[in-house]
Amino acid sequence: MPNHSNEELVSQIESSNKRKYFLEKLSEKVFLFCSLLSVISLLLIIGFVFYKGTHPFFAEGYSFIEFIFGLDWVPSEDKFGILPMIVASIFATIGALIIGVPIGLFTAIFLAEIAPKSIARIISPAVQLLAGIPSVLYGVFGLAIIVPFLQNHLGLAKGQSLIAVILVLAIMMLPTIVTVAETSIRAVPKTYREGSLALGASPIGTIFKVVVPAAKSGIMAAIVLGLGRAIGETMAVILVAGNSLVLPTSLTDSIRPLTTNIALEMGYAFGTHQEMLFATGIVLFSFILILNLVLAKIGSKGGK
Amino acid sequence: MNTTKMDRNKGNEQQIQNKISVNDLNLFYGEKQALFSISIDIREKGVTALIGPSGCGKSTFLRTLNRMNDLIDGVKISGDIVIDNENIYRSNDVIKLRTKVGMVFQKPNLFPMSIYDNVAYGPRMQGIKSKKVLNQLVEDSLKSAAIWDEVKDRLKSSALGLSGGQQQRVCIARAIAMKPEVILMDEPTSALDPISTLKVEELIANMKKDYTIVIVTHNMQQAARVSDKTAFFLNGEIIEYANTETIFSMPKDQRTEDYVTGRFG
Amino acid sequence: MRKAKDYFFQSLLWLSAIITIATLCIIVGFIFYKGIHLINLDFIFGDYSPSGGGGILPMIVTTIYTIVISLLIATPIGILAAVYLQEYAKQGRLIRIIRFATESLTGIPSIIYGLFGAVFFVTVLKMGMSIIAASLTLTIIVLPVIIRTTEEALKTVPLTYREGSLALGTTKLQTLYKVILPSAMPGILSGIILSIGRIVGESAAIFLTAGTVAAMPENIFSSARTLTVHSFLVTQEAGDIELAAAVGIVLIVIILILNLSATFISKKLNKADY
Repeated sequence: MPNHSNEELVSQIESSNKRKYFLEKLSEKVFLFCSLLSVISLLLIIGFVFYKGTHPFFAEGYSFIEFIFGLDWVPSEDKFGILPMIVASIFATIGALIIGVPIGLFTAIFLAEIAPKSIARIISPAVQLLAGIPSVLYGVFGLAIIVPFLQNHLGLAKGQSLIAVILVLAIMMLPTIVTVAETSIRAVPKTYREGSLALGASPIGTIFKVVVPAAKSGIMAAIVLGLGRAIGETMAVILVAGNSLVLPTSLTDSIRPLTTNIALEMGYAFGTHQEMLFATGIVLFSFILILNLVLAKIGSKGGK
Repeated sequence: MNTTKMDRNKGNEQQIQNKISVNDLNLFYGEKQALFSISIDIREKGVTALIGPSGCGKSTFLRTLNRMNDLIDGVKISGDIVIDNENIYRSNDVIKLRTKVGMVFQKPNLFPMSIYDNVAYGPRMQGIKSKKVLNQLVEDSLKSAAIWDEVKDRLKSSALGLSGGQQQRVCIARAIAMKPEVILMDEPTSALDPISTLKVEELIANMKKDYTIVIVTHNMQQAARVSDKTAFFLNGEIIEYANTETIFSMPKDQRTEDYVTGRFG
Repeated sequence: MRKAKDYFFQSLLWLSAIITIATLCIIVGFIFYKGIHLINLDFIFGDYSPSGGGGILPMIVTTIYTIVISLLIATPIGILAAVYLQEYAKQGRLIRIIRFATESLTGIPSIIYGLFGAVFFVTVLKMGMSIIAASLTLTIIVLPVIIRTTEEALKTVPLTYREGSLALGTTKLQTLYKVILPSAMPGILSGIILSIGRIVGESAAIFLTAGTVAAMPENIFSSARTLTVHSFLVTQEAGDIELAAAVGIVLIVIILILNLSATFISKKLNKADY
């Protein structure tokens, strides 16, 4: 190596370092700005939804209590009560959880612990694929199969009902719950199982007493994700809910959950009516927050 | 710089000068102090070994010499490190520092690119584009690292396909390609088999006429074989620093003796 | 006694698995059974005719528009944001706030995004019901997905690569685009594919921001409907289950292709490691 290129190198280095440090500082600022965009978006969304949604109560003299506990939603008569929708959302979500969570978890346990490897290797990716299918298609299925089935076998005048919503949401959350829970169950170290089996526990007992508790946090995550999918679901629900504005009293009542109310009326709403849809959004939002907190509580209690 | 500390090594070869001068260096990880008042002069062109039990601070110290500790959050440093009359923690040009002070790591850490691209990586990043210059630089560096003959026919294939020992020598070539004056080696053979280790040691012995080498090693035979001077670290302090022969044959400090004779560590 | 209990639980597990698998098979089977006879080249590449019998090309084009526009915006922003979080930021309050915001965005249901987009982009920014308004809404929806997957991908890049590069006197920026991003690329690509899936599957937010016009969009400021919205509307308005199912087949095939390519890429990723 001739000596001069060493000097060449050194001189090049000296001249370009200043520019490099400048670029370094500049790029860090750009990266920071990009990461702040998600904060800005969140603030924008929350600010916007809350500003719009609280406006009627602060500026137009509407009562928040009447909004929450009102039974009538007749925008043309200036009546905005969403109790039926709140109750519908709660019933639909809890119903879907009651059906979807145990079946989903048991399926996940089956796939991770009991199913022969060759079967699990086909089914697990297939279930994963189904988690990615647009939820609208579940609604189409619900309307085409579940609704007529209920109509014919339960003797309903209209098959679109709370139970139809519950079934569609439960089916929809299955792939999500199965996929996430299966991953976390598989992640439980083999030694746990061996330890339990060595103590004379049966394979099934080991699964329920050792493996499942060890995978608890992943299972909770699975439930939260499934729940998130169910509670926020809109378009599939519209197809099977019936959308009547009555306080649901039985599984066969036609319902209108919070989400569908927004989607159905947003197209033509303006003024106070539109703001009340934002208020509905706030309620939905709080609802999700509360459910997540409750689930987190249950999860941490179960750990003791 | 305290010139009286300078070690004049019985005047063999040429006159030996100090390359690196460290004075009262303290280093903290957050609240925890990891290095205590380190003062050491490291001679130019030669091998200085840093030995000591794990967690004694020798690697941490090595990484202060090219400011690699800057990458870790919460590291604070006081004291002076002077390389060629420049206080490296006063000047903020770490790019210049790291082009001058190269480093070879514990495990070979070649990038997932071809052998050629790995060696040419540093020079390219300095803005050298000429194919001719790069070709020459890659060839020279690989030759200096005694790996040219093994890889010259596969320069364009992935560097990760080489054996561990070969990879480590390409890492050395990659450092050499930057034309550094100092090369820091952090236990460069700890992940290698005995034969590869021997090759790397031979390489180090050949390199010391051109470079100032500071090597951290766990292996006392290695320190004895390759180094001219040895510093013994314990709990973040330098216990003893002397000619390698002296450290291994007649250490002054009882703790050094205990360590080099294998009584602990 | 214990044996009986074990037997009971074992049967429960089998039963659940059978229910899940059967249900999912029935759904996919149903969609294919109902829709497959409509699938042909004219259906996929033909223009839509409101009187029926036409193709779904406008919806495919609209779907592609929304994918391309939202990814063009969300991908660079998301990747750079993840780079900041993983490579530059020091632990502290700012980082916690950014992470919290990103996680919160993931938890917001799409109808709320739709609500926001329908007023902010459509009305306030005067975009009207349009592909661009929907795409910008979708950008916010997929941004956290891209940030999260890119962060995960960056985490898998060994620290030694960064050290090795920086020790050669390179800047962080050089290290980033020469070593770190190329190594993280497979993971980032899977994230992008995941986002495409999310965009294709999205309905409520698009319904409220892009409108429902069933015609070939002239440009990105036109109102139009995506495949998913189309599937919804033909079911709700016309009760045309067969058409909805045929669109469903197209959607399932798209998702299948996306999944397969994500799997393929992540397999490549594993091979690229030592």
